[in-house]
Amino acid sequence: MATATAQPVMVERLSRSRSTRLPPWEKLTPLLLIAPSVILIAVFVYGFIGATVRTSLVRWNSALPDYTFVGLHNYQRLFQLDRFQADLVNTLHFTAIFLAGCIILGLGAAVLLDQRLRGTLFFQNVYMYPLALSFVVTGTVWRWILNPNSGVNVILGNLHLDFLKSGWLTDPNTALNSLGIAAVWQMSGFCMAMFLAGLRGIPEELREAARVDGANEWQLFWRITFPLLRPITLSAVIILGHISLKIFDLVYVMTFGGPGYATDMPSLYMWIATFQQFLYARGAAIAIVLLLMVAILIVPYLVWNLRGETEQ
Amino acid sequence: MSILVPAAPRARSRFTPMRAGLYLLLLVLAVFYLTPVFAIIVTSLKGIAELARSTVWELPKAADLSSYSTAFTALAPSFFNSVFLVVPATILSATLGSLNGYVLSKLRFRGANVVFTLLLFGMFIPYQSILIPLVQFLETINLYGGIPGLILVHVVYGIPICTLIFRNYFATVPRELLEAARIDGASVIGIYRHIMLPISIPGFVVVMIWQFTSIWNEFLFAVTIAQTPTQQPITVALQNLAGSLAPEQNIQMAGALMAALPTLLIYILLGRYFVRGLLAGSLKG
Repeated sequence: MATATAQPVMVERLSRSRSTRLPPWEKLTPLLLIAPSVILIAVFVYGFIGATVRTSLVRWNSALPDYTFVGLHNYQRLFQLDRFQADLVNTLHFTAIFLAGCIILGLGAAVLLDQRLRGTLFFQNVYMYPLALSFVVTGTVWRWILNPNSGVNVILGNLHLDFLKSGWLTDPNTALNSLGIAAVWQMSGFCMAMFLAGLRGIPEELREAARVDGANEWQLFWRITFPLLRPITLSAVIILGHISLKIFDLVYVMTFGGPGYATDMPSLYMWIATFQQFLYARGAAIAIVLLLMVAILIVPYLVWNLRGETEQ
Repeated sequence: MSILVPAAPRARSRFTPMRAGLYLLLLVLAVFYLTPVFAIIVTSLKGIAELARSTVWELPKAADLSSYSTAFTALAPSFFNSVFLVVPATILSATLGSLNGYVLSKLRFRGANVVFTLLLFGMFIPYQSILIPLVQFLETINLYGGIPGLILVHVVYGIPICTLIFRNYFATVPRELLEAARIDGASVIGIYRHIMLPISIPGFVVVMIWQFTSIWNEFLFAVTIAQTPTQQPITVALQNLAGSLAPEQNIQMAGALMAALPTLLIYILLGRYFVRGLLAGSLKG
């Protein structure tokens, strides 16, 4: 599978030649084959999004459905809520540290693994196994590591590094960053895999040529390697960014939004508003805001990928 | 797949300070990634008495397996719930994805690209945006509350990623193979059964590993839909273990290992295919 080089993601190029010509009696078969999936997605994705939009425009804020139309009232209320304002700030703050952490660690690890040392496959596997785990497992373990009384603070104390001790998840000032540590631990391997695929797609001759021209390894990286990795970096930012906006499991398990609203996010608040407070219309409004934030990131990306294909 | 097989080491393996420095950095990173494994081991193998604060990071004096038996008793039913969820959901979504991938790569019709893009968008949406009508719908058809409803949900929302992986896979199949079969009089379905299906086994492996891992690890749908206590998948049960049943850290860690074991084993045994799914779909969660 040649997903490795310039655009590691998404869409494999189709050959330019027109597709198989079908005899007339076979024209319908392809449509029948994909019809079940198309119908399911039409209903469960687009139909349900429509239903959520509708719910966000009515008065339904108790266990009993009430479809009295109230226009954008729920959205107005939502943006006035302290909690939701905190959510928006939190989600952007979290996304920034999550992206920075994943890219720095992922790029660093990829460059290290690309040095052709013996045993790199072992390290590569070690850096990527967290991707096979669930956020619930990650959250359970990191909740223990970041427990101020029993976890990493004990190690810091033993090393006489007491100034580095922290309340971690229990301190409103550090909780969001602590959550970020666990998230970066889990997802940086994905970034590393993308960068590594990109690095291994760069022909060695290119770098050799630059070396012959007298470039040192530092210049080589910043002038040749890094620019070639730019499309991959963009893909990584978009994919990880949208994962970050949607993050739910980890917050649910590690802090449930606390302390206070220090780690609350739209994804979690939507769930709490809907399924614990029965504020269905508010929950729906949060969900649509979240969907729009994700769409701003993803729709241009999908269009970009597909255009790349048709231009071939 | 270039990423999976590292380039051959540059022949010489002489010691140089540069090389030692690189290994040191590799090791530091490895310590960061392996710390949670160490935490699971040192905590889950201790009895309550040994969980004292000063010794939390020390190896247990003797392996105490009692936390494993407690965790096993508490989590075994939900472990099997997850198995009964994951197996059918994986097979069904892979099957649908394979059919779609075949059509969208080899039997393209007018508007195929638009259909494909609209399908793909389904894997990026935050599922919160469909959750309220989904719950209402599952209640209407009496599938709210347990594993059958979750199977339906994972099959449907698995369609985009499975379609994507299979479409990419089939795109590498030479068109001549199909033309030849056409000339021999094979039908659209005949070509699928006798050519595409047999050669797409590696594609199935990638898709099924990906789906198995994603569904096993999934939490949002599980915690929303599996309301019946006896029908919870393992992710929900593990979370509840911390809340009420057994707050002791050693039991939680043993439970975490139990919940992680199937996907971890797949990663260890079939990691190459897992990474392909990861890069093809390039997302998780």
